[in-house]
Amino acid sequence: MLFAVLCFFSVDFIGYRAVALILLLVVSVNAILFDIFPVLLSAFLSAIIWNFFFIPPILTFHIGTPEDGLMFLMYFVIASINAVLTYKIREVERKERDEEEKLKTIKLYNTLLNSLSHELRTPVSTIIGAVDTLKESKDKLSPTNQTELLSQIDIASIRLNRQVENLLNMSRLESGMLKLNLDWCDLNELIFSVMQKLSPTNGKHKIVFNANENLPLFKLDRGVIEQVFHNIIYNAIQYTPDNSKIVICASHQSDNCVVSISDSGNGFPETEMQNVFDKFYRLPKSKTGGSGLGLSIARGFIEAHNGKIKLENNKEGGANFTITIPAETSFINNLKNV
Amino acid sequence: MSKAEILIIDDEPQIRKLLEINLESNGYKVLQAATAKEGVIMAANHPPELILLDIGLPDKSGHEVLKELRTWFNKAIIILSVQSSETDIVIALDNGATDYLTKPFRTGELLARIRSCIRRNNTNEKNSLLTCGNLQIDLIARTAKRNNEHLKLTATEYNLLSLFAKNEGRVLTHQYLLREIWGVGYQTETQYLRVFIGTLRKKIEDNPNQPKHIVTESGVGYRFN
Repeated sequence: MLFAVLCFFSVDFIGYRAVALILLLVVSVNAILFDIFPVLLSAFLSAIIWNFFFIPPILTFHIGTPEDGLMFLMYFVIASINAVLTYKIREVERKERDEEEKLKTIKLYNTLLNSLSHELRTPVSTIIGAVDTLKESKDKLSPTNQTELLSQIDIASIRLNRQVENLLNMSRLESGMLKLNLDWCDLNELIFSVMQKLSPTNGKHKIVFNANENLPLFKLDRGVIEQVFHNIIYNAIQYTPDNSKIVICASHQSDNCVVSISDSGNGFPETEMQNVFDKFYRLPKSKTGGSGLGLSIARGFIEAHNGKIKLENNKEGGANFTITIPAETSFINNLKNV
Repeated sequence: MSKAEILIIDDEPQIRKLLEINLESNGYKVLQAATAKEGVIMAANHPPELILLDIGLPDKSGHEVLKELRTWFNKAIIILSVQSSETDIVIALDNGATDYLTKPFRTGELLARIRSCIRRNNTNEKNSLLTCGNLQIDLIARTAKRNNEHLKLTATEYNLLSLFAKNEGRVLTHQYLLREIWGVGYQTETQYLRVFIGTLRKKIEDNPNQPKHIVTESGVGYRFN
């Protein structure tokens, strides 16, 4: 429209037939930028505008000469073809993109199946193997070996159960079925209880948490947040060398509950840091075991609380996860004689 | 004393078999039902000492069965449920379940719960002096001792502690605790509960950060040991 006005004033210099070409150019540009219907509309409108304002006699829809009549018809047809062709090209491109997307999903699905089948089959194989041995060669086994097989079954079933829990949590997140059950939480107590639950799996790591007595109560989903801390600390225990230190800090910053979990391990390679929270992602060459779900579930649960998780490497080495969750607070715990 | 009878209502034959072997080898007599209907009939014909009730039954929800049983059955009912179903557990406890276990559970845990439930079936709650580990609570004098030393408790702290002690080994839901201690209308004021649990733990626990007496059952309530 703007171009039409410009042309209206310059028609004396360029002639009304050149205006048609300029308008056609505008329609073509529109065809690249917009969808089929706005483009067809602009083709139609520009034809009318050209007729009304430019074809003599101007300011009427009357067309003076048969030549102009032909021009007008041609203009309209070319503008429409232009619109339709551009639309078709775009359709083809879209299809290609969809196809690519689909291939990507299939690839992700395959990695998923590979890592998953390994994670699920290993403990199942252990259980089946150990049970067969116990059943078939019971008399040949020393009591020590029998106990050993039983404890292998025990370890395998705990591992299997953990992966099933992970998968269930992941599907809770993905299905959108996760409904937060918000209630007042004593964050110090929550962190201590996660540490207590982790103590059987933690042999050689030193986990340090100094309770912050000034914390208010936060309204959070306790079970879900427990899982978040559990996954991150469990991850640190699994992937930092023995005797590493894991330090947990909790604070309250402008209606956010902020928890940092920092370890003295080797940290993450800078290039991998953005992938760490991706589903099924595991660092290249990381030790066997693990599904690549733990941190991704942690992030999902935090985001369900509208919170954020940030990963950095400490200057003195090791990784640092900072979790920031906006939450309603209550300072009732700091009042005396409630 | 004759063997205590336990009725298992669960549709999974494997779970029933496992429980049967386990319980029989620990001196209990086991009865089994695979459906809600069968279970209710068996319980009515021959009331057991304890019922293990699965929440996910094929013919009827375990919650319905629980409500039905509770209209006349006043002995222990332990609910078996799958993990991550806090809401289910809270509903069941509020509907009169004595306790719960989430599958998969450890045998030791199962036996401890059963023992504690059966013990409660048989105590007549007349004892005014309660002992839980290093704690002693005198219900008449309204006093409490830890390692034989007098504890200075506020009225609310004492009420909370004595309520816990009367229900030793049993999980008490947030709602129940709030209703019993603060009264009707306070059921959603869990922040009071958090505060008093915190101060009470500081007074009765050896290490308040790793509580042994008042254990948090995430999303459900507290269990006193």
